Amino acid sequence: MSILIDADTTFIVQGITGREAVNLTRECLDYGAGAKVVGGVTPGRLGRDVHGVPVFDTVAQAVSHHGGPIDGSVVTVPPAFTKDAVFESITNGIRLVVIVTERIPRRDVAQMVELASAHGARIIGPNCLGIIVPDVIKMGGIGGPARDAAKAYTPGPVGVISRSGGMTTEMSSTLSAAGLGQSTAVSIGGDAIIGSTYAELMPLFEADEQTKAIVIYTEPGGRMEAQLAAYGPALPVVAFMAGRFMDEMPGMSFGHAGTIVEGKEDTATEKIARLQAAGIAIAERIEDIPDLVRQAIGAPA
Amino acid sequence: MRFYEYESRQIVQRSGIPVSPHGFATTPLEARRAAEEIGGPTVIKSQVLTGGRMKAGGVQFADTPADAERLAAQVLALEIGGHMPRGVLVDSRAAVKQEYYAGVTWDGTRKQPVMIFSDEGGIDIEDVANVGRRHLSTLRDPSDFEAKELIASVGVTGRALTRLTPIVARLARLFAEHDMTLAEINPLAELEDGSFVALDAHMDMENEARPRQKALLDALGVRDEETRQAREATAFELAGEAVDATDHRGVAGNVTEFDGDLGLVIGAGGGSLTLFDAVRAHGGKPANYCEIGGNPSVAKTCGLAKLVLQKPGVEKIAVMMSIVSNTRVDIVARGVIKACLELGHDPAEKIAIFRIPGAWEEEGFKILERYGVPYADRSVSLDEAARRAAA
Repeated sequence: MSILIDADTTFIVQGITGREAVNLTRECLDYGAGAKVVGGVTPGRLGRDVHGVPVFDTVAQAVSHHGGPIDGSVVTVPPAFTKDAVFESITNGIRLVVIVTERIPRRDVAQMVELASAHGARIIGPNCLGIIVPDVIKMGGIGGPARDAAKAYTPGPVGVISRSGGMTTEMSSTLSAAGLGQSTAVSIGGDAIIGSTYAELMPLFEADEQTKAIVIYTEPGGRMEAQLAAYGPALPVVAFMAGRFMDEMPGMSFGHAGTIVEGKEDTATEKIARLQAAGIAIAERIEDIPDLVRQAIGAPA
Repeated sequence: MRFYEYESRQIVQRSGIPVSPHGFATTPLEARRAAEEIGGPTVIKSQVLTGGRMKAGGVQFADTPADAERLAAQVLALEIGGHMPRGVLVDSRAAVKQEYYAGVTWDGTRKQPVMIFSDEGGIDIEDVANVGRRHLSTLRDPSDFEAKELIASVGVTGRALTRLTPIVARLARLFAEHDMTLAEINPLAELEDGSFVALDAHMDMENEARPRQKALLDALGVRDEETRQAREATAFELAGEAVDATDHRGVAGNVTEFDGDLGLVIGAGGGSLTLFDAVRAHGGKPANYCEIGGNPSVAKTCGLAKLVLQKPGVEKIAVMMSIVSNTRVDIVARGVIKACLELGHDPAEKIAIFRIPGAWEEEGFKILERYGVPYADRSVSLDEAARRAAA
């Protein structure tokens, strides 16, 4: 099985007529069984289509055209309009919102998260590439064009959660090359506040029979790793920590908006210590991840 | 982005919170005039974006305007932690009856702002025992009663409670309105004359919110090119920003200067962090950090590579990314080869390694082969690529 999405998941793309969104729509339609992209929204573009996907002015029109609730939305609109777009999708009954847009102010993200939680909806991102269930479906730009995604992602027992979109693919590709496929890979985004953290996704993976181990990509900045350590995952977890050099450079932001050492607790050193204390294995290099996963699940090397 | 103390005072004041009489001065004479206007003894405080002012001698106590002028001259000439002061804050020395702490910041785990209050002020909040905390909804404006409940929770009542409530509520509202990541008044003081004023304030605003906070930034005179990071950008880093701004497609920038000899043209966000660590772990000395991503044009990639190649002391560049799905391998290959050729270098000599697998890799590898550039596909790990680059 998988978490968050499966072959039956329906979704729309908000901002579908943008250059990157057009590509993303093509990729999702082409990948695996072909995603059920049931509509797109760009205000003022009602009646157009993008790769056969009908374009609407409002989310309500898309829901009405579909004739029933739509599961998800991929939001690609510019940062100044993202909050409104997400409020619109949540208010129209969408329960899974993947926000691709980057550079959204933290307050807007917190407002979206608060509204989502009041409606029982979940946000992935912002500043993320989305979700992929290997060979089945992808929701977002994760892995790129279908043939590229197929090179990196294969089905299997490992759940992947990553603060970096590109590293989601790098780690999954390394796992695939070692014969370890993925149940679901989630790019959760690199901002200071995000819709779903490691600890918040962990119960979903723990409830999934296919998933036997979790691989996470982490960075300095924030308390997400401390939250995971405190959660105490029931599945074995292998973590890779990038940006160790940043410990020497407090107050400087690298890589992602949330990647900044603001206090002692959010240094790489401190996070590694916390994760290890919680029984989480730390991979020194990406290529060490497969062996650590095998050891964790008791599989032969 | 960080604000200077004198700017933080203005921000607090603009939102209706009383502050102690003070002035900002960039010359000793201005400091004297400010002291005259305040009347009585003053404190001269260096305006730098770094901590440790007191220890470094950046805070001086003056009894007369003449003292203020003399001490301001000292403080204005004093470098603190590599920073020259922007000016000095000339502050009144009010007789304080009781100090409090009031702050608002983000709780990233709860994903909500949290108000923090204590009846012990003037010291680091981490060291204070009697602290109240209260989270705030982001879907409505902070209300006075929320501040009142917080202040009452640490045992403050009577006149102090009723006078402090609007101040703390206004602080919470300015935090929300101005996209702050930290809004702190410490100490918030009750003076002997019974008034309540902010004696010091510290404000940090989110970089991502700068466009929509333009009115505030303009009012404070903060210019667009002031990054207000932990250190100001170097000329090399500003040149990197200029390259990135040449067109809106993709990223080829986020340059940070280091003093090594290996030029890095690396990406994307997470890949750059991983690769930078790996180069250093293998004994390499990076000349810079940077990021490519989101499919930048040939011209932009070429601009970034040229900038790095021209940095004094750079012998070779390493072009490396985690597997790309949006950025095209062939476009990056064209960009870096073009940079070498335009500067009169042989790409095969100047590029230590090219390791970018992913979208359009077949086309990219063909181009690299034509120019004899050593390249690697995804079977070579980021760590191994970094090892070869550092060798």
